[in-house]
This record gives sequence, C-alpha cells and structure tokens, in this order.
Amino acid sequence: MTHASRAAAILAWLRRRGGALAIFALLIVVWEVGVRATGIKEYLLPPPSTVWTEFWKRHEIVAGGAWVTTQEILAGYALAIVVSIPLALAIAYSRFMEQAVYPVIVFLQIVPKIAIAPLFIIWFGFGFTPKLLLVFLLSFFPIVVSSIAGFKSADRDVMDFARTTGAGALKLFLKIRLPQALPQIFTGLKVGAALAATAAVVAEFVASDKGLGYLLLQYNGQLDTPMVFATIVILSLIGVMVYYAVEIVERIAIPWHVSQHESAQDATM
Amino acid sequence: MTLRVARDGAGAGAAPASAGAGEPEYVALAGVTKTYRRDGRETHALDAIDLSIRAGEFLAIVGPSGCGKSTLLRIVAGLHLGTSGETRVAGRIVDRPQTDLGIVFQSPVLLAWRTAIDNVLVQVELRGHDPRAYRDRAQKLLEQVGLGDFADRFPHELSGGMRQRVAIARALIHDAPLLLMDEPFGALDALTREQMRLDLEALWLATRKTVLFITHSIDEAVLLADRVVVMSPRPGRVERVFTPGLPRPRGLEARRAREFVDTTEAITDIFLARGVLHGAGRAGGAT
Ligand SMILES: Nc1ncnc2c1ncn2[C@@H]1O[C@H](COP(=O)(O)OP(=O)(O)OP(=O)(O)O)[C@@H](O)[C@H]1O
Ligand SMILES: [Mg+2]
Repeated sequence: MTHASRAAAILAWLRRRGGALAIFALLIVVWEVGVRATGIKEYLLPPPSTVWTEFWKRHEIVAGGAWVTTQEILAGYALAIVVSIPLALAIAYSRFMEQAVYPVIVFLQIVPKIAIAPLFIIWFGFGFTPKLLLVFLLSFFPIVVSSIAGFKSADRDVMDFARTTGAGALKLFLKIRLPQALPQIFTGLKVGAALAATAAVVAEFVASDKGLGYLLLQYNGQLDTPMVFATIVILSLIGVMVYYAVEIVERIAIPWHVSQHESAQDATM
Repeated sequence: MTLRVARDGAGAGAAPASAGAGEPEYVALAGVTKTYRRDGRETHALDAIDLSIRAGEFLAIVGPSGCGKSTLLRIVAGLHLGTSGETRVAGRIVDRPQTDLGIVFQSPVLLAWRTAIDNVLVQVELRGHDPRAYRDRAQKLLEQVGLGDFADRFPHELSGGMRQRVAIARALIHDAPLLLMDEPFGALDALTREQMRLDLEALWLATRKTVLFITHSIDEAVLLADRVVVMSPRPGRVERVFTPGLPRPRGLEARRAREFVDTTEAITDIFLARGVLHGAGRAGGAT
C-alpha cells in the first residue's frame, strides 16, 4: 500500500464513521436539553454535563478501577487467544480431536457461562484469577468456533490446485490454509473482544473490592447516578478500544479482506 | 481399443480415441470408469473411457453438462482416482496427484489475499522455487493474457474473465509439458474468448505442450484441437472422435473453412440425435 492510498483509506474510514459520531453527538445534545426541559430528577437521569463534572471530580478513583478492569480483560482475552487458536488447529486437523473434543466444545458453548461466575469465587477466591477465568471463558468460545470454521473452510478447488504443485503440508498450511482462515479467525476475535469487557464486569459484580464493576455497584447503592453513568461510559470506552485494537490488527494482517469487504459495502451504498 | 459408435460419413474424418500405434502416448486411459458414492447415492459419471493423447497433441473434449468432463480431467490429474480402469501419464500409472502439469479449473480458483501476479507466482512458490526469479516471466504472461496493467490488483478488483486469465497464466508459468484446461474460456465474453483462443493456439504452436482442453463450445473445440472427442450424456462415454485437419494457425478465417463447417455440423448432429440439443430447424425436434 502506498502512502497516498493509506491516507485515502483513513479518510474513507473517517467518512464512514463520521455519520455515527454525528448521531452520538446529537444524542448527547438531545439528552442534555431533554433532561433540563423536563426537570427529571438527577438520581433518575442526570444530564451529560453533570455526569462529566461528577466524573471529573472523582476521575482518579475511576481511572484506578479502569486500570484493574483493563488488566482483567487483557489477560483473560490473551489467554483465550493463546489457548483457542492452537486448539482450533488441532481440532481442524486431527480426526480424533474433532470427534472427541469438538462435540464437548459445542455442548459447553450452550452453557450460560455467566452462571458459572459464582462457582469461580468458591474455587478461586476474590482476587484476580476468577475475573481472568471468566473473561477467558466468554471470549474463548467465539474464537475457537470461528477459527475451526476458518481452518476447515479451504476451498476444494484451491486445495486441488495446490495438490498439483506437490507442496508439503506445512507449506500448504502457511501459504493457503492459514491466510484463508484469517478472516474467520478475526471475526471470532472481534466477538470475543466484545464479550471480554462484559465478562470482567460480571465477575467483579459477583465479588470484588476493586475494578469498574465494583465501583458501579458502589455508586448504584449510593444512588450516585451520575457516577454510574460515568463508569458505564468508561467501561464502554475500554470495550471499544479493545475491539478497535483487534480491528487495526485485522487491517494490517489481512488488508485484502478488509478492502474486499469495503468495496462490497461501497457497491451496496 | 474400443470405439463405441462407429457411424461413419460426416465430412470430417472419424478417428479412434486412442492414438495410433508407434506414436508416444503421453496420456492414456484404458477402461476408466468413475462412480461417485455419497450418502449411499451413486452417480455413474464415467463409463469405460478409452482415450489417449499423444505427446504434443491438442485434444479437446466436448460434451453435455454433467457428462463427466471435469471428472475425466481430475482423473488425469490424479485428483480423483477412477473406480476401475487404468490411467497413465508419461508412462506412469496415475495413483496420486500429478505435479508435472498446469491446470485451469472451470472457476478461476485464485487466492483472495494475493495480487494477480502473486497468484501466478504461487505456482512456483508452492513448488519450492524462488518467486523473484519468475517475476519477469509472470509479468510477461500477464501481458500475454491482456492483464499487463493489472498485475498488482487483487482478485476482487478483477472481472470474472480477468480472473480466469490470471488462472491461465498461473497454469503456464512453470512451463509444464501437460496442460489440463477445464472450460477455461467459459467465463469470458465472446471477443476475449476468440482472442484467447487465437493466443492459446499460438502458444501451443510455439511450445507443443500436450493439451487436454474441455469445452462446451463445439466451435472452440474444432478450431483448437487436433482431435475432438465428443462425449455422450452421463454416464460419459466416448461417443465419437473427429480429426479436424484444418491448417494451422487457424485464424479467424478458419471458421469459413469447409472442414470447420462440416465438423461442427457433424458434432451438432450427434447432440441432436442424443437429445442433448433440441433444434427446430434440424432433426425436427421440439423447441
Ligand atoms: N465430488 C463429487 N461427488 C459426487 N458426484 C459428483 C462429484 N463430482 C461430480 N459429480 C457428479 O458426476 C457427474 C459428472 O460431473 P462433472 O463435473 O464431471 O461433469 P461435467 O461434464 O464437467 O459438467 P459441466 O460441463 O457442467 O462442468 C455429475 O452428475 C455430477 O453430479
Ligand atoms: Mg465440468
């Protein structure tokens, strides 16, 4: 990619996201004006300006909580990636693993993982470990399932062509199967990233003395609604940041897929 | 060497499906059948095919859709194994994927993450050669198929016909002695198709590769091939073999040659008689 086309890509990205940003801004304005006009009580629905001023007064506390939660998210998510992609590989390429392990994964996927959170407290106490494990558990399944699909998606004709070259298994994997699987792996990674923040907060809800989930419950108990909102916003920002980090890696790793996707979008606009 | 239908006549000479004695057979199929079994259902795709291609010969196969042409090509490539019978390439029994060939499938089968030129080069990369040594050749091949300016485009930026032309360049880059082409021009517009036909003949005249060329187009088969094998509807059998003795190179004017007209008519008649074509003007069939 040249500099010019990279700049153009960023501009195009801004243009696409610009609309969403504008709607966000509009929503905040409507919210502010609406709350002031109707005189709704602050503990029910504070205007954005109050949320901001309250947040700023106590931003150091929130920042501390955010750091704790971010660590839980990143550690659990990283663990999920490290475990699920090799596992997906094994399942995709080993008949035994496919027959023995895959059905178990499909079954476990259906279990509402959040329901397991209290158990983790019994097993692992109140510290970092149960949070990490719940994040891991929630983001693990989408990554492993879509990675398996990706590794198995090899097109028959493509593989037939490859077989006429006499290339060995490793070469076929690196040059064909892996790149072919990457789009689906990234789909799983993005779903996993979105779930990671949820998992961290839920784990903190169940039992903890720090983190954004803990703060959220505290503020809620004190009917400190502006801070509840502030915490939710910070939490969302963390989720969005993780998600976009994955999307940026995706753009770097598989630019061909992203641009294919975008030109398809352009065509339908 | 069995010849199923031995009706003679028709302006062009009918010939056996196997090469004459003494000439080196590069590809030889003897009694090859293929039955697909899937979920307990059987599809009898090929029925006792006897066919051989001489070294340096251009052989075309025409036949109705689903008669087993692609199956036949896959068997020659060793991608499928026949249910019975024997296939040999260069004297060796085919029991695994063959590598000393270039193959073009019915669909382009390009790698979405590679540009046109890198899709051509993947052929040599997978064979363990340094792609840099082949870059100029790849560029030249792309120019030959009319894609000189599209070397760094990705497949999704190319039209269907352009993609297929990349696939053709990919089948040529390693200069294999055998070229298997499964309806390579199917996705092309009529003009490009005619141009590709002329180019392919020129290339073949220059290199004298052994070519197995599958097509739906009777015209294309007759214009390109030394021998045209006509296949029956499924299960595919060799119905008839024609040897259009048109002088080469067969330019645009070859379409007006008597030999061309007679041969295409004779093939059309076979399809009419087998119910593959229903012509109002000929053979008095229904619409
Ligand atoms: N992998 C497969 N499994 C089961 N049946 C198959 C398979 N491949 C082909 N067939 C069947 O074998 C028959 C011949 O298929 P083939 O693709 O060889 O036909 P074809 O002559 O190339 O047709 P077309 O001109 O439409 O490409 C068809 O009836 C098809 O359904
Ligand atoms: Mg076919």
